[in-house]
Amino acid sequence: MKPPPFDYHAPRDLGSALSALAEAGTDGKVLAGGQSLIPMLNMRLAAPGHLIDINRLAGLDTVTAGPDGVRVGALARHSRVERSAEVAAAQPLLRQALRQVAHPVIRNRGTVVGSLVHADPAAELPAVLALLGGSVRLARAGERERDVAAGEFFTGPLESAAEPGDLAVSAFFPASPPRSGTAFRELARRHGDYALAGVAAVVSLGEAGEVVRARVACIGVGAVPIVVDVTSAGRPGDWAAAARAVQDRVEPEDDIHATAGYRRHLVGVLAERALGEAAREAADA
Amino acid sequence: MHEITLTVNGVVRQARVPARRLLSDCLRHDLGLTGTHVGCEHGVCGCCTILLDGEPVRSCLTFAVTVDGREITTVEGLAGPDGALSPVQRAFAECHGLQCGFCTPGFLCTATALLRENPAPTEEEVLEGISGNLCRCTGYQNIVKSVHRAAELIAEEP
Repeated sequence: MKPPPFDYHAPRDLGSALSALAEAGTDGKVLAGGQSLIPMLNMRLAAPGHLIDINRLAGLDTVTAGPDGVRVGALARHSRVERSAEVAAAQPLLRQALRQVAHPVIRNRGTVVGSLVHADPAAELPAVLALLGGSVRLARAGERERDVAAGEFFTGPLESAAEPGDLAVSAFFPASPPRSGTAFRELARRHGDYALAGVAAVVSLGEAGEVVRARVACIGVGAVPIVVDVTSAGRPGDWAAAARAVQDRVEPEDDIHATAGYRRHLVGVLAERALGEAAREAADA
Repeated sequence: MHEITLTVNGVVRQARVPARRLLSDCLRHDLGLTGTHVGCEHGVCGCCTILLDGEPVRSCLTFAVTVDGREITTVEGLAGPDGALSPVQRAFAECHGLQCGFCTPGFLCTATALLRENPAPTEEEVLEGISGNLCRCTGYQNIVKSVHRAAELIAEEP
């Protein structure tokens, strides 16, 4: 199908983008990569009156990686962040997760920040942001930019703390401490589909190889990414108890793709594998 | 309505389109380039894949107005100026990489970009590279063969 009609705005600077968004209010929607929004328009699941296309804004396509983490601008495409060696060195979980986002061709156009704002509970990047304790920077006409922590950013399925009139200008993914490892495991019916369930894991080890911190974020098994701290249940080389703790915390639902019970089972298997992989990576770090 | 200018297959083209015109429809209806096929219109099938500034993207998930001023290559632009098939096109013909041909424009554009970036892909890299394109006829075996054969043909080029 074809998208419903809308008024198109193509601002060339941040100020005009923010005033167009403020004016459009609840009837406005930001267009960045469009890889989630345009399918929704084509299927008539969304019909905003105004589209504010930010693709011409200068300065939003920046990706900066440093010892404290990675800041990704609103126009940085998945593929660029995925390929960056600096990003992979600063926070390897980003590349591990991005490789599982849709298909390479979609990743050429889709944006990291767009995925976060879209806030699909089965998407990979919200889980990465939630697991790492990152934040999203929001701009708004006439106000100072503000950072919203991942824990407060994802408020429900396809719902985030970005209000009408807000533009997410960047997101920050913190680096992990030394002797940490990360992994992302998911299962989808077809390669590139949204996962039935998935688990991102980060494990930090101490000097003697003991588990100092172990956390996972689960996708597809709740309204938002579900972060579970399994530090106390984690033993290097044995993550079965941790996996059971994760299974107890998720809130999966039945749908045509899988039952809630199967999803809960999957999360346990994926958590055990992801934690094991992350721990091995931490030991080698 | 919006006046836009696109460079399509090396030719500067102008069109007057509503903002909601998908790039796929702009190419087919406004510019008469029907080589780009439209399958699912939600980014799953890959038939509408074109090259935007050399990078493969879904033309059904792109608005024509967004890419005003940019350079586009469609399947019509893959052959040489004399009509000689590109190495990727020759490989698909040689290896029986198509049957009905509906998905072929998307595969050709995707494979062209894949081999430009990675001239000697492994089996796994080919599978990952074409994973976003669906074919209901071939069972993919001959498409995978075609991509490997295209890599050979490109390597043999002077």
